[in-house]
Amino acid sequence: MTQSGQYNFAYLDEQTKRMIRRALLKGLAIPGYQVPFASREMPMPYGWGTGGVQVTAACLVPEDCLKVIDQGADDTTNAVSIRKFFQRTAGVDVTEQTTASTVIQTRHRIPETPLREGQILVYQVPIPEPLRFIEPRETETRKMHALAEYGLMHVKLYEDIARHGAISTAYAYPVSVEGRYVMDPSPIPKFDNPKMEMAGIQLFGAGREQRIYALPPYTRVVSLDFEDYPFDPMRAEHPCDMCGAEDTYLDEVIIDDAGGRMFVCSDTDHCTARRAAGHRGRLAATEDAA
Amino acid sequence: MYVAVKGGEAAIDNAHAWLASERRGDTDVAELSIAQIREQLSLAVNRVMAEGSLYDPDLAALAIKQARGDLIEAIFLIRAYRTTLPRFGLSNAIETADMACDRRISATFKDLPGGQVLGPTFDYTHRLLDFALAAEGGERPEVATRPADPAPMPHVTGFLNRDDLIEQEPVGDDTPSDLTREPLEFPATRALRLQSLSRGDEGFVLSMAYSTQRGYGRNHPFVGELRVGTVAVEMDIPELGFAVEIGEVQVTECETVNQFAGSKTEKPKFTRGYGLCFGHTERKAISMALVDRALRWKELGEDNVGAPAQDEEFVLSHSDNIQASGFLEHIKLPHYVDFQSELELVRKLRAEVERSQTAPTQEAAE
Repeated sequence: MTQSGQYNFAYLDEQTKRMIRRALLKGLAIPGYQVPFASREMPMPYGWGTGGVQVTAACLVPEDCLKVIDQGADDTTNAVSIRKFFQRTAGVDVTEQTTASTVIQTRHRIPETPLREGQILVYQVPIPEPLRFIEPRETETRKMHALAEYGLMHVKLYEDIARHGAISTAYAYPVSVEGRYVMDPSPIPKFDNPKMEMAGIQLFGAGREQRIYALPPYTRVVSLDFEDYPFDPMRAEHPCDMCGAEDTYLDEVIIDDAGGRMFVCSDTDHCTARRAAGHRGRLAATEDAA
Repeated sequence: MYVAVKGGEAAIDNAHAWLASERRGDTDVAELSIAQIREQLSLAVNRVMAEGSLYDPDLAALAIKQARGDLIEAIFLIRAYRTTLPRFGLSNAIETADMACDRRISATFKDLPGGQVLGPTFDYTHRLLDFALAAEGGERPEVATRPADPAPMPHVTGFLNRDDLIEQEPVGDDTPSDLTREPLEFPATRALRLQSLSRGDEGFVLSMAYSTQRGYGRNHPFVGELRVGTVAVEMDIPELGFAVEIGEVQVTECETVNQFAGSKTEKPKFTRGYGLCFGHTERKAISMALVDRALRWKELGEDNVGAPAQDEEFVLSHSDNIQASGFLEHIKLPHYVDFQSELELVRKLRAEVERSQTAPTQEAAE
């Protein structure tokens, strides 16, 4: 029981957490394979990260330090809401610093600061099935995975090139895991795909679709491409206007109604840390003066 | 200048306070009590119990109050609460043949043992706004009563069964699986399908059923029987060694008599569809029976005509309004990171088109 006294530690009862941990272990044993699990109805809506929340709940121990980000930022409304949920139900420490955290729940981004061994990154996943938009039936896609029958996916990528001159997937860009399962990396921008080969543990929770999957540390994760059309982790061709970083994923912010815009790191913790270390971008001076 | 979306926390707190204030509305108007909702909006309460999969009229009424009358939101509150409840055990199957019926009608027979009991139904009301209701202080109308008839009210399908004119339902003691405890996988058993339909969105199940009537997988349904009433819930208590009644629930049950099937070796007989929901929810129960019947095409050896209502994966994956509304509404959450990646991609593709359009003219000029 926590301070609130009404619910078990991290909300879910121990049996449910055990069931989720089993699914997580199975997922880690078969990287990229989607493990069905008996997702519970959480007190936040499906689509708001119920899968990620259940995975985080099953991972948390009282000593953990939790970071929650949405779009790379700790202060977006849903990140605030989920962080508050675990503060209330688990009473764990929370942080905005990637380096200080032990568990990070994320929606749509991988932090810019590389994760170290022992850290866990939990993704919120809307549609876990990378083949879903090619084949809507679960009964079919499960067969396709079982037989490693991924030809249709390559045809789709090829058709993109034939039609647009490039693979027209910008986020949720499919990856191949250890040369076996094709996996949906969740809707992260494809810029983040190369970061998925990391020291941390990556866990993916899809609540509504009742699926869990996972990547153990240092798993080989290859973004699908063709030899003559290699994978291109795209970003806006600008430095960050706040911290000057030239290697981060940027948000484009419209600042007036005359076409004025600025580019700023989507990872707010990374940007703040760089500015604290003295880095300055094009517009940082005016911001400091303000 | 750049304004980060700081202050999310304060915004959320303020939004919640405003929401609570809007829920209360004008304080010159008396506040709704839970009892008022339970007693006077009972069909809303019934829907919330049926789709929330939790039989508790007071909690359902509270959920409706908290949700400002948004029934899907109320169902969501009940579902989220239900998840946290400990499970003491399983009741025995309820016996709907022993139901104390408030309403029981058959469309297939003019009269039958137990009689046709119209009950409190909108069916033959003229839908004229009753302005007298707008005036408050109305008395509860007197209702004609008579002593309860102890005679049993057997199921209509039982009569057909006696002459082997309708398919027999297999009897089993197996505990059906529970889609709130195990992930739903396909193909699903009929019991799981029925559970899914019973808690599925009334509008969705209604539309699916309606589509079968209009020819998308037609199955010629007759309402063999529709009954609404109270049944006892019994549970085996291991320490006692016998079943004890632990409460009563109101349910609506619909059995349809459908399209007959037969072959050279088997005599033709009618088939069935089944609907059962908590509370007085007959539109839902009838719809459920039609969709149940449509989903049974395979076991009855019928053709799959490609109708949506025949497609188990389609129906079961999309019937739940909590899943559907959650996923639908989540697109209002921030997606600016993904949108940014699409922006960059579209700009890149446009630049390439421009390059390829200008290149040949340059060549021609040279």
